[in-house]
Amino acid sequence: MTNTWQGYLRADGRKGIRNVVAVAYLVECAHFVADEICRAFPRDDVHLIGFPGCFPNDYAQKMMEKLCTHPNVGAVVLVSLGCESFNRTRLAEIIEASDRPVETFVIQKSGGSASTIQAGRDAVARAKQVIAGVPRVAMSVSDLVVGTVCGGSDGTSGISGNPAAGRVFDRLVSEGAACIFEETGELIGCEHIMADRAVTLELGEELKAAVDKAARYYEVLGFGSFAAGNATGGLSTIEEKSLGAYVKSGNAPISGIIKPGDEPPSGGLFLMDVVPDGDVRFGFPNISDNAEIVEMMASGAHLTLFITGRGSVVGSALAPVIKICANPDTYRALAGDMDVNAGAIIEGERTLNEVASEIFDKILATAQGEQTASESLGHQEFILTYKSFEPIGPACLPTK
Amino acid sequence: MKQTEKLICLHDADNVLVALGAVEPGVVDLANGEQITLTTAVTLGHKVALMPIPSGALVVKYGMPIGIATKDIAVGEHVHVHNIASRYTATHYRDDDAGLNND
Repeated sequence: MTNTWQGYLRADGRKGIRNVVAVAYLVECAHFVADEICRAFPRDDVHLIGFPGCFPNDYAQKMMEKLCTHPNVGAVVLVSLGCESFNRTRLAEIIEASDRPVETFVIQKSGGSASTIQAGRDAVARAKQVIAGVPRVAMSVSDLVVGTVCGGSDGTSGISGNPAAGRVFDRLVSEGAACIFEETGELIGCEHIMADRAVTLELGEELKAAVDKAARYYEVLGFGSFAAGNATGGLSTIEEKSLGAYVKSGNAPISGIIKPGDEPPSGGLFLMDVVPDGDVRFGFPNISDNAEIVEMMASGAHLTLFITGRGSVVGSALAPVIKICANPDTYRALAGDMDVNAGAIIEGERTLNEVASEIFDKILATAQGEQTASESLGHQEFILTYKSFEPIGPACLPTK
Repeated sequence: MKQTEKLICLHDADNVLVALGAVEPGVVDLANGEQITLTTAVTLGHKVALMPIPSGALVVKYGMPIGIATKDIAVGEHVHVHNIASRYTATHYRDDDAGLNND
């Protein structure tokens, strides 16, 4: 397999591996109309995203701005009800400044549902024509931003799928890619060993502080980042889940901490701090796995490695998800939803290195346009809710 | 090579083993030539005690503490939410579906 391919060149110099039209609703009241606009088109190149809240939120505004200018996005259609607080004018200006086609439809001014749906469909059709001419550019591993999450973890995740993903991360980092791992609430118990991998002592302290913040946050909520199915699959405590999850970060030095929407300043390995700053205000930091995928996309992730034991089936809007199944029984039950069978490691049929190499090849194939299992099934999960963050401190990106 | 090992030790410092598939109660051969007698059945991904773990002692997996024993755990016993607890936040599980009904 070749290690260079043709990506999509954006005006800011970033390169995409997909070229989709994003249709974005700016409040739940516009969700149906936006969804109806998308349904007139094949699922592979028109994707639905949005923010459901009526009340303003700086985090959600930033996330939507970053997502609408993601390197995989070629054009945007915005759908507003009209009276919601979201700053649609600012969002449209930022998309326009990124040199992407953007059209805004306000349902209250566009004659209601039926006529807005028709107008939106016409706009998507126009956008598709324009982005068919986006310039192509040579792209390689060093241009990639890759995220990793695990979901539906069980007692196999930490001994097959996650260590295999960790070896892939090591290889990606060594070839110049930016890799993002996350969920500080699922690193509780690992903070000291993780801090030892930081490129500076000060960054190590920030890593520990980020995990402490997550532990405090979850303590107030009364639940850890731990679902009932994790226990069914053999995990007994958050520390055990964390140690299994932590290995997917591999062994590379940790170059920095970013928050959702911050782009890694270079290649290397970065922790994303997804737990809000300040008082506990808006509920659970990540209410389901797709919230984490959305945050990594907002930080520029071209694709996400998703390691599952119990058997998640999700994909994502905007950026492909590669699903790595850690549990051989789950793989047999849900093979059509999985891209890689890391369960073969548990059964002694394949080595960690063999599976890592298969995942790496899958990343190259996906970057070159091959559809992942969730893409070919049409999965486009997306969720974005309220949060609040302070900017990262100076010790968080020592290489910058 | 087909896996013949049923229970693996992930780290030298561990006091638990991890099941690589469903294992019935009884004598099980380990990779180091020793044997262990399981007192309960366990399924894929679950843990059994490799040595006695007294109440209040750390449970160690991957060479790292994963919680504290909440009662005395005998060799070969299933180690899970019924006899260990987090040192950080309590574990949430459904009583009807915590993987405790293997026997």
